[in-house]
Amino acid sequence: MAQVSLNNIRKIYPNGYEAVVPTSFDIADGEFVVLVGPSGCGKSTLLRMVAGLEDISEGALSIGDRNVNHVDPADRDIAMVFQNYALYPHMTVRKNIGYGLKNRKTPASEIEDKVQTAAKMLNLTEYLDRKPSQLSGGQRQRVAMGRAVVRDPALFLFDEPLSNLDAKLRHQMRIEIKALQRRLGVTSIYVTHDQVEAMTMADRIIVLNAGRIEQIGTPAEIYHRPASTFVASFMGAPPMNLLTAKGSGGRVTVGETISVAAEVADGPVTLGIRPEDIEIGPTCDIPFTVDIVEELGAHRLLHGQLGGQELTIHVGKDVVVSAGPIRMSINPDAVVLFDAKSGLAL
Amino acid sequence: MTETTHIPVAKRPVKWGRVMDHSILILGSLFMLVPLLMVLQTTTTTDLETIKNGPEFVIGDRFDDNFMAAMFKASGFSGENTGLRMLINSLILGIGFAIGKIVIGMMAAYALVYFRLRFATLAFWLIFTTLLLPLEVRILPSYEIAQQLGLLNTYTGLIVPLIASATATFFFRQFFRSVPEELVEAARIDGAGPVKFFIDILMPLSQTMIAAMFIIMFVYGWNQYLWPTMVTTEEGMYTLVRGIKQLTQDLEGTNIPEYGRANMLALIAILPPVLVVIIFQSWFVKGLTESDK
Amino acid sequence: MKRAGFATRWLPILLLLPQLAIIAVFFYWPAAHAVKSSFYLEDPFGFGSSFVGFDNYIHLTGSSEYGRIAKFTVLFTVLVTFFSLALALLLAVKADNVIRGAKTYRTLLMWVYAVAPPVAGFIGLLMFNQSWGPLTELAKSIGWDFKLGVNFNDTAFAMVLVSVWKQVPVNFIFFLSGLQSIPKSVREAALIDAKSSFRRFWDVTFPLLAPTGFFLLIINITYALFDTFGVVDTLVKGEPGNNPMTLVYKVYVDGFRGNDMGGSSAQSVILMVLVLALTVFQFRLVERRIHYT
Repeated sequence: MAQVSLNNIRKIYPNGYEAVVPTSFDIADGEFVVLVGPSGCGKSTLLRMVAGLEDISEGALSIGDRNVNHVDPADRDIAMVFQNYALYPHMTVRKNIGYGLKNRKTPASEIEDKVQTAAKMLNLTEYLDRKPSQLSGGQRQRVAMGRAVVRDPALFLFDEPLSNLDAKLRHQMRIEIKALQRRLGVTSIYVTHDQVEAMTMADRIIVLNAGRIEQIGTPAEIYHRPASTFVASFMGAPPMNLLTAKGSGGRVTVGETISVAAEVADGPVTLGIRPEDIEIGPTCDIPFTVDIVEELGAHRLLHGQLGGQELTIHVGKDVVVSAGPIRMSINPDAVVLFDAKSGLAL
Repeated sequence: MTETTHIPVAKRPVKWGRVMDHSILILGSLFMLVPLLMVLQTTTTTDLETIKNGPEFVIGDRFDDNFMAAMFKASGFSGENTGLRMLINSLILGIGFAIGKIVIGMMAAYALVYFRLRFATLAFWLIFTTLLLPLEVRILPSYEIAQQLGLLNTYTGLIVPLIASATATFFFRQFFRSVPEELVEAARIDGAGPVKFFIDILMPLSQTMIAAMFIIMFVYGWNQYLWPTMVTTEEGMYTLVRGIKQLTQDLEGTNIPEYGRANMLALIAILPPVLVVIIFQSWFVKGLTESDK
Repeated sequence: MKRAGFATRWLPILLLLPQLAIIAVFFYWPAAHAVKSSFYLEDPFGFGSSFVGFDNYIHLTGSSEYGRIAKFTVLFTVLVTFFSLALALLLAVKADNVIRGAKTYRTLLMWVYAVAPPVAGFIGLLMFNQSWGPLTELAKSIGWDFKLGVNFNDTAFAMVLVSVWKQVPVNFIFFLSGLQSIPKSVREAALIDAKSSFRRFWDVTFPLLAPTGFFLLIINITYALFDTFGVVDTLVKGEPGNNPMTLVYKVYVDGFRGNDMGGSSAQSVILMVLVLALTVFQFRLVERRIHYT
């Protein structure tokens, strides 16, 4: 178990491309941190620098109380689960899981014990003598987990481990991984581009964009108080509605429609509101035209126009709506305002 | 029991396209095969019969005699180049060449693909330029160098200069690059260094590729002609393919050419590589077609 | 290089050393030597040599014999390349069509790959044997008095035939593998879009085979230029005389038999330039034109 600390970690490639700008954050012992962002945002590079697979250009990295900048991956006391599992295709499940221990000169009997324990934990006992090619995607994923667990590391690293699975299995494995991490209490860094995984699994989320941290916070903070328009539109499906608005005289207005009280300087601002923070009903104050109703069973999404701007509204399954004019209102407490130029929250 | 009603099915028309396909394939196969059958036939008869009647549709009874003559009777003056001796030399050349090529090629490819090397680009170009110029265009200076190094009529001189092109290196480089990157990363986290990774992971993964390469290189080495012709002058060092030159001259020079023995030797020169290719067909085809992508 | 390559310094150098040493001694040294000696005139009795600048090249361009051989080589290359590609394509398409006997056909059509060129030439000698060769007989039956080794055109015909026989299998293997790598969905789409199998071949299969075909074109040109050495040498029975010969064979004859090191080296250099041009052309065109993925 260990805390992890990144101090101004930077990655710059020989060709001058800066994949990660100097970045700092700390991870507490036992914490589950998710790095999330679109592809190419530097999240994988960051993880690989922590793993030691990529050189750190600048800055200091410590795991536990030890600076590990120049420590070999094998000696960092970490374990990693890869996107395509990276199982050794010619080895049985047993050998795959035990290979790291064998290289550490662990006695054979101890390896067998540990492999058995890990296999039991992951329901792999009956597959120990199979080769990876004889396993299903979910089972391979478990073997990859087993290989990490058996090392009893100070830090787990996950590099998009679920993206090769189908939706149903992904949901199931999400819960399994989270439960396992809870049980073992091992500090974990988890990289994903899937905001649902980030929301559901993380103790804390770090949103990255273009090699830069956009926001660090709990899932609730990230969701409800996004630090920038990027976070607002990246997290949540459907994303937060972002409307061009104008501040004047202590109010922010969107054309002739929305108007909320806010202490902002006069001029253009961006107004953010989550689809579920909008209500509809005949007594509401703002006219809205529904173009398309998306039926999702548990709820419905209404897509339409608000004074020429696109807007999505989330309504419960009991609210029956069809395309055409309706009335809506927003929850002013849920409104987030962003600088129109920089996109940063005001 | 269920009653089945038979619905009358329209009689399938003869597929003339199929017949055509098979006819062409059979003709093609015969084009390939007939010369070999002719050689086979002449190895079963006496030389006189061949000279008098040419190849016929008869299988004679002289196969054993011709075989013994081919294997143990020497052509030339020294009495050293029996078929057996040449067969052994051919095997040494084929196997030695294949092993040398694979070992050296794998080592170099491993260094190029899996290491951060400052002069990697330079080494790459130095090595892969060799793919551009076949041995034939630099044959004379190669011969002179072999001569200066005292390599004439040695197995080293026979094999090593032939290894001086990077086909196997190129092949293994392509293959190594197709191995998922995560494997080496996982291995590094599992505490495997470069040597361990090579032995524990990469070698087992390359098994099929090594086999394919071995077949291709064995055939290539076995079939070498120009270089062995130049570098071996002692008859005891002749390979079967090299010996063909002498066979043609023998057949020209004598009154009663020994077709039985000569054709048997040609057959012995053909069969080992052909059998290897046929038996390991799928590996061979895979290796051949994948090496050039 | 893989992203997470090993950082060890000495190991990759050690791994590259054997490969680099061999190509230095047996590739770069001879190649450089060939270039150098092409500017020298060597005393025929081996008493030193003198610098003559471009004389050797000038002599070659003025030589009518060299011009004739160059012309023959071009014609020979065109014929061998065309016929072995066309025949192999036909057979591959047919072999890809049939289901019954597919494996047998494949084996029968590819085993000749493993026959050494001089052995193929030797079989050619038998087939065209003046007194009883089956092909000589066949020629006679249509009134063609075939004289291998005497008549220039007859010998050239035999050279082309044997070279094609030897080369069809390689092309066949590549074409067949190219055909089999055409996705099933594309074939099915073509089946729905075009009724005639001929149309389907020209509109869909043939364009998709173009990358394979182009790659083979270069392989075949290289083969006809260099690898047919053994065929030529055997068919002319080591006696060039007035027989047709290729440029590579001329390098060998002048350098090894005639002891004209300078002239032979100049010829080598010309061939080197030719191969390099061919390779550059190949890379250029492959990169630019025929690429579908």
